Amino acid sequence: MRCRGIGIVKQTCQLVVIGAGPAGMAAAQTAAEHGVDVTLFDDQAQPGGQIYRNVDTSPLADTSLLGKDYVFGQPLVQAFRHAELDYYACTSVWYLDKAREIGILKQGVSHKISAQRVIVASGAQERPMPVPNWQLPGVMTAGAGQILLKSAAMVPDNGVVLAGNGPLMLLLAWQYLRAGVNIHAILDTTPKGNLFRALRYLPRALAAGNDLWKGLRMMLSIATARVPYYHCVSELRAEGDNQLQAVSFSAAGRHHRIDTDLLLLHQGVIPGLHSLQEAGCKIDWNEAQQCWQTKVDAWGETSLSGIFVAGDGAAIGGAVAASLSGQLTGLQVAHQLGFLDAGRRDHLARPIIKARDRQLAIRPFLDALYRVADAGMIPPDDTVVCRCEEVSAREIRDVIALGCIGPNQAKAFTRCGMGLCQGRFCAATVEQIFAQQRGESMADVGHTSARPPLKPITLGQLAETI
Amino acid sequence: MFRTLASGSEKIEIYLDGKPVPVPAGISVAAAMLQLGALPTRLTPVKRSPRAPFCMMGVCFECLIEIDGLANQPACQVEVQSGMRVRRQCGAGELAS
Amino acid sequence: MGTVYDTIIVGGGLVGAALACGIAARGRLVAVVDGDDRDFRASRGNFGLVWVQGKGAGFPAYARWTAMAAKYWPDFECELRETTGIDFGFRQNGGYDFCLDQVEWVARSEEMSLVQQHTRGEFEYEMLDNTELKRRIPQVSGDVFGASYSDHDGHVNPLYLLRALHQRMQKLGCRYYPNQRVISTRPKNGSFIVKTSSDRYQAKQIVLCAGLDNQRLAHELGMHIPVHPIRGQLLITERVESFLPCASLPVRQTMEGTLQIGNSHENVGFDDSTTLDVITRLAARAVRIFPHLSGVRLVRAWGALRVMTPDGVPIYHRSAHYPGAYAISCHSGVTLTSLHAGVVADWVCDDAIDALIAEFSAERFDVSNTSLRV
Repeated sequence: MRCRGIGIVKQTCQLVVIGAGPAGMAAAQTAAEHGVDVTLFDDQAQPGGQIYRNVDTSPLADTSLLGKDYVFGQPLVQAFRHAELDYYACTSVWYLDKAREIGILKQGVSHKISAQRVIVASGAQERPMPVPNWQLPGVMTAGAGQILLKSAAMVPDNGVVLAGNGPLMLLLAWQYLRAGVNIHAILDTTPKGNLFRALRYLPRALAAGNDLWKGLRMMLSIATARVPYYHCVSELRAEGDNQLQAVSFSAAGRHHRIDTDLLLLHQGVIPGLHSLQEAGCKIDWNEAQQCWQTKVDAWGETSLSGIFVAGDGAAIGGAVAASLSGQLTGLQVAHQLGFLDAGRRDHLARPIIKARDRQLAIRPFLDALYRVADAGMIPPDDTVVCRCEEVSAREIRDVIALGCIGPNQAKAFTRCGMGLCQGRFCAATVEQIFAQQRGESMADVGHTSARPPLKPITLGQLAETI
Repeated sequence: MFRTLASGSEKIEIYLDGKPVPVPAGISVAAAMLQLGALPTRLTPVKRSPRAPFCMMGVCFECLIEIDGLANQPACQVEVQSGMRVRRQCGAGELAS
Repeated sequence: MGTVYDTIIVGGGLVGAALACGIAARGRLVAVVDGDDRDFRASRGNFGLVWVQGKGAGFPAYARWTAMAAKYWPDFECELRETTGIDFGFRQNGGYDFCLDQVEWVARSEEMSLVQQHTRGEFEYEMLDNTELKRRIPQVSGDVFGASYSDHDGHVNPLYLLRALHQRMQKLGCRYYPNQRVISTRPKNGSFIVKTSSDRYQAKQIVLCAGLDNQRLAHELGMHIPVHPIRGQLLITERVESFLPCASLPVRQTMEGTLQIGNSHENVGFDDSTTLDVITRLAARAVRIFPHLSGVRLVRAWGALRVMTPDGVPIYHRSAHYPGAYAISCHSGVTLTSLHAGVVADWVCDDAIDALIAEFSAERFDVSNTSLRV
């Protein structure tokens, strides 16, 4: 790898890949193997993305604590480190437009780059889980808990409450138990009936491989650890004045309150679409996964020609599927740039497509099983929806009652989504409130616009863009 | 709230609100704040409400903090360095002069 | 269909909503038909200035019109704030327009002097050199040549203003029909039928306040309203401590403490995206004026389309063929709000007609009339 810690960034690139998670690494390597001149930018200091974060540089003495799926990333990251491409770590992409002009920020200097092809592999983010007082210190996401474990070997000290649902929450609970962490309780918000509705997808999921068995084994070990486990949890609230003191909720018709100084929330992940939306790619509502996703062709090319998306940024499929979709996108870019004829591309793609489809076979089951209840996405009036500008659900409902034409106007009327996170933690909630109040589908409500910058940049840095 | 499993790791010293404190090398400023229990890490400019790191992946911007005189730095994206001056903010950051 | 409205207003932006408030306040039954959330909306890409400086330097009636708008603003604001409880941050305590070099400064002086002549001295201003400017705003760079300043100028949060107008118009009994795409507008037996994607509305009068869509809609009512988009790109920073005493261009500090930076002009058709070059230039200009902002972070950059007439002056037009049909097209939606809810509503209601308004008819663009204007 021509690792560019420092040095001059090319002003025109053949292919720019954004993100060094499983999809980005695979896309970049595949394209490079076929002769494409690849430049990859990644925020982190180490390759691997969030999923394989610090996989070969972990401060943990024993990474097997984190499980086999994590350790699986080690050879991928190492292979990437040896690939023939320009890899820029600690470099954020703050701008992307339809003309494939890219703004990057590296060591405080902003560079303008243009690219013939762009592959966005920006991964996923956790679905916002707005519950009353989720802005209190002591409330974090399960993903944050996992990042602390992977990158800093940190675990909860005085016990923890996990709330929500989804594979990541279970995985974290399992990892915490192996690390000897005291879990006060797991509050599973999966609504009644999900399992029943998911059953029809079970045969396909079972046939696909061992992911399902892994999940079951995890659940079993959580059960044997005798962690208090509450099902069909609703009316979840964080409580405390300046810091989290307790969590209250309802389960099986009874009200509960558990003292804790740490609550980790999780209800699945959604594609990180900010850069794609900002560039102007068309996006669609995926009802099964309850999220927006980029409209793409079979190779991951978006509605803007030359801009591709690979991995969870296109649709949630997990790390292995992301890596495979990255390979497919890499092949297509190599083909478009004249390094690979269509026949050879298709020949190489066939087994990859087969493997990816096998990986994705479990998805319909997981999507149905972990489908989030409306109440999990549509909070009560007294909940802060926009954490940055501190706008409550009540204020959103007030402007909807005024006839507000949609989420973008709601943003204008309330400042909801105008903070530094740029709506990444509130846009989905606002759209869901609109859909519920007006009795419309999410597709009818439409999505909130995304604006540059994608990452923080100062006026001075911007002014001196080179 | 959090403890480390890597007990033998190398320590460095940073200044938190003017006071020297030891923290493990190689972790983010946000992780250090959580390990020190130094919460809240800021009061918001809108309503002065207390906040602390939330997503740890540079998405939510809850962990903004003053680092070496620069206000509003995302603490989860910055690694601790020996001698680093970290200061918790109250409201909008002060402009560097 | 049922209801026959007195007036139907097409467009729920700053112009349409202000006019709806004005007309409804005069006892008329008003319907406002508004478009979609993702339409081009100049009202959401606004700089928020109540601005007299330089307006109408080449069109005396526009200078007087703008000066009148600024004069009516305090009373208008007071009423709107008190009736809605929404503070949209109106401050009319002066405005600076910075000049980076002498060329800009000289050109500005000439413009300002023309506006003063046109308003018969009513418009007062000062041209400041760097020393005087720095005395008033110490953070200004020594690199800035000077600024124009006028007491008449001010600013608002244009988004909260729009919300307040929407709240007010509905309180006054206006019927608001959002998310409608107007398919056709046509006269029928002395009234007008507006057909939308999902409904039909009938009214005795129709006023087109549909921004860039006015040209298309006006055509059916026998009016020629030439408008075209001029893109402006805008930046917003994070909040910083308050340091600007009043409104200013091309950098202003909002009521929240964020900085808004803008004033770019591009003729690029119906494309409201941003470009790296323009936002870089905007930031460079802002930092050149206020070097201490160099470390302040950008939160948002976006593009919006101004509604421009060929001479940049508003159009207030009534159809000669179909009495009761009107079209309003203007770029300064914030500044002129006080008039749209006031004398323009009078004009539509035929109560009292300000003589000045006749100057803004779109007839000035008719080929046969051009010789009069050259």
